[in-house]
Amino acid sequence: MTRKYRRMILIVTALAVLAIAATLVLTALKDTIVFFHTPSEVQAQTVKPGQRIRLGGLVEEGSVKRPGGATVEFKITDLEASLPVTFTGILPDLFREGQGVVAEGRMNASGTFVADTVLAKHDETYMPREVAEKLKKKGWWQPEKKIPGAK
Amino acid sequence: MIAEIGHYSLLLALVFALFQIVASLTGAARRDAALIRSGDAAAQTQFVFVLISFGALVYAFATSDFSVQNVYMNSHTLKPLLYKITGVWGNHEGSMLLWVLILSIFGAMVATFGNSLRGEFRARVVAVQGLVGLAFLAFIVITSNPFLRLDPAPFEGRGLNPILQDPALAIHPPLLYAGYVGLSMAFSFAVAALLEGRVDAVWARWVRPWTLAAWMFLTVGIAMGSWWAYYELGWGGWWFWDPVENASLMPWLAATALLHSAIVVEKRDALKIWTVLLAVLAFSLSLIGTFLVRSGVLTSVHAFAVDPERGVFILGILFTFIGGSLALFAWRAPMLKAGGLFAPISREGGLIVNNLLLVTACATVFVGTLYPLGLEVVTGQKISVGAPFFNATFGPLIIPLLILVPFGPFLAWKRGDLAAVAQRLLAALAIALAAGAVAFAVKYGGPTLAPFGIALGVWLIAGALSEVAFRCKAFRAPLRTTLERAWKLPRSAWGTALAHAGLGVAVIGIVAVSSWRVENISLMKPGSSIDVAGYQVTFQGTRPVTGPNYRDTEGSFAIARDGALLMTLTSAKRRYIGASSMTTSEAAIHGFWSGDLYIVLGDKMPVGGYTVRAYFNPLARLIWIGAVIMFFGGAISLFDRRYRVGAPRRARFAAASRKAAA
Repeated sequence: MTRKYRRMILIVTALAVLAIAATLVLTALKDTIVFFHTPSEVQAQTVKPGQRIRLGGLVEEGSVKRPGGATVEFKITDLEASLPVTFTGILPDLFREGQGVVAEGRMNASGTFVADTVLAKHDETYMPREVAEKLKKKGWWQPEKKIPGAK
Repeated sequence: MIAEIGHYSLLLALVFALFQIVASLTGAARRDAALIRSGDAAAQTQFVFVLISFGALVYAFATSDFSVQNVYMNSHTLKPLLYKITGVWGNHEGSMLLWVLILSIFGAMVATFGNSLRGEFRARVVAVQGLVGLAFLAFIVITSNPFLRLDPAPFEGRGLNPILQDPALAIHPPLLYAGYVGLSMAFSFAVAALLEGRVDAVWARWVRPWTLAAWMFLTVGIAMGSWWAYYELGWGGWWFWDPVENASLMPWLAATALLHSAIVVEKRDALKIWTVLLAVLAFSLSLIGTFLVRSGVLTSVHAFAVDPERGVFILGILFTFIGGSLALFAWRAPMLKAGGLFAPISREGGLIVNNLLLVTACATVFVGTLYPLGLEVVTGQKISVGAPFFNATFGPLIIPLLILVPFGPFLAWKRGDLAAVAQRLLAALAIALAAGAVAFAVKYGGPTLAPFGIALGVWLIAGALSEVAFRCKAFRAPLRTTLERAWKLPRSAWGTALAHAGLGVAVIGIVAVSSWRVENISLMKPGSSIDVAGYQVTFQGTRPVTGPNYRDTEGSFAIARDGALLMTLTSAKRRYIGASSMTTSEAAIHGFWSGDLYIVLGDKMPVGGYTVRAYFNPLARLIWIGAVIMFFGGAISLFDRRYRVGAPRRARFAAASRKAAA
């Protein structure tokens, strides 16, 4: 085997692995990524039912209900629109009314968001960055002060 | 006063770092031994001043000196002393100071123990190390000074984020940093080699132990973080493909690749250009990790500061070092001569495949981690890339690598015989298939791929052991000969076998937890019981418990199996006292041989009772045991005779480098 031939084998193998990796990445990026939306975007019908999304906003005051079992119902609001959410499981320790939250799941046919994951970050002052930015854009952002509607 | 000493020492360290760069570089250029020596001394002095500075901050935290803003923001008098001290690196400023401290330790170590290196080369390494130190010292002094005073001093601090008050988390950052920063050594050696335009076996013999040590620290550091997430966050998960986790996984993958390619440089004088590039990339990934975690572009427990000035500064450091070193690489790499020839099927070939798959897998993690950031910057669209992405990309690349691992150590250098290797691995294959069959029989009805996963883990362990067995002539020679050969086997061979076996152990744990975890979430009232994987869990009620800086609502659970009471476990909702009064969950975890019983007390329900989340995580502990075994594999390898600092070798090195220099 000549040096050239050996180098050829090496380069071809490397390119093959890279091509496989690129294909995997592109396919996965098409299928597995989850878009972030706010309740008003969902209500504007930009999201298809059944599509997996992240819904972010504040937990609406007085909306948390526990109908029984480990199921929790609450509403996520971006102060413009609000959406009912159901979740079965244990909420994160920092889940509170008026606090920022991100839920991951799907819209069902009746307009309820069925979450399988609820995230509230482990910090008292935390609000999902996405929510904070939306609030800033809408001019509702008041650092160090309470958010209107959220006690 | 102490804080001012700390601040002043930091400035002095900065000055010495500057001197270290100038003296070492000029010394190397002029071949002036005295100047080189003074550069070494500057590196040592820089370390001493950073140490004083760090000590001053530790003192401020230990004595709860709230006139220091950093202490006020992150400490509290009620906190136990241990957490006061670990609070030093539980915040942005302090953790950067720890980063620089470890960096300066490494710099001082080359300066002190690098006698066997050629003077000019050592000087260049010390200079590059000083350059990295200078950049980060400047970063601390300009944007993140931990010694800022408050006037008037508050009476009480705001307290450390309670979930960071934990023994595992107390040592997780120092370990991880030792790993990140340890890669700076490989980087400095690579840049110094590029400056000189030469890479040889002596170079590789120096780079390998440093990379190995960094890799070991990264391994346990990552494992520690994952163990913490497992028991503290109360989700029962151990890896979330969180960008911050990925930030530590990427340097680990690159370091693993570097570790293997440096073997080829050392033994066969080949793959030099690639290894130098990998050394640069590994440290670049460490820097990117630091940037991701510290700049506040990600929201997470790790992102202490959301301060654009800091982000821009770190980004500047990032571009300077990565851009600079890659430009240097492009300019100088062609000067490095290609080395020995080898056939595609050979130990070298095997190590290339290892590198190819590791680096590609690392690249997919890179894309998955940075794509959302890039997309947001370009289009403003927000997405999350989670576990499904990584399972679909990282998985298919890493599984072939795992299958190939046992072949590597059996292959001969230059030209290997695949048929002979396969024959030697027949026993391992048989054991692996048997284990897979057992897994299938025991857990009939689980995911189809799970038994294959178990077989893969066992294949790694059995393959690693058969290599050692083969070299000791086990079962083919009298026991005495075998033991003698085992004793004489180089430690690096034992280290390799152990590390590969540890990987197998971790794979078994990962497969078992991901495939056969049992989850039961229910509403429990005192007296009610649920079944979790054959264990009857009975809720006995709650009681209040008061700790030093928290109050618990502690729920107790009686655990029984087949009607026989085994034990009582407690899980608590913990509410911390202090300005940031927040709640955390303390999970009840009991490790059985077959796996972990994991119970979390949830919220109190208005209808009465509590939500309780119970898991059975089969073989979960193998994940971390595997990581610890890998760590010890690395440690044994590190103490191989070849790397030991000893007089005879030092003399040999000096002779060899004199010859090389001539």
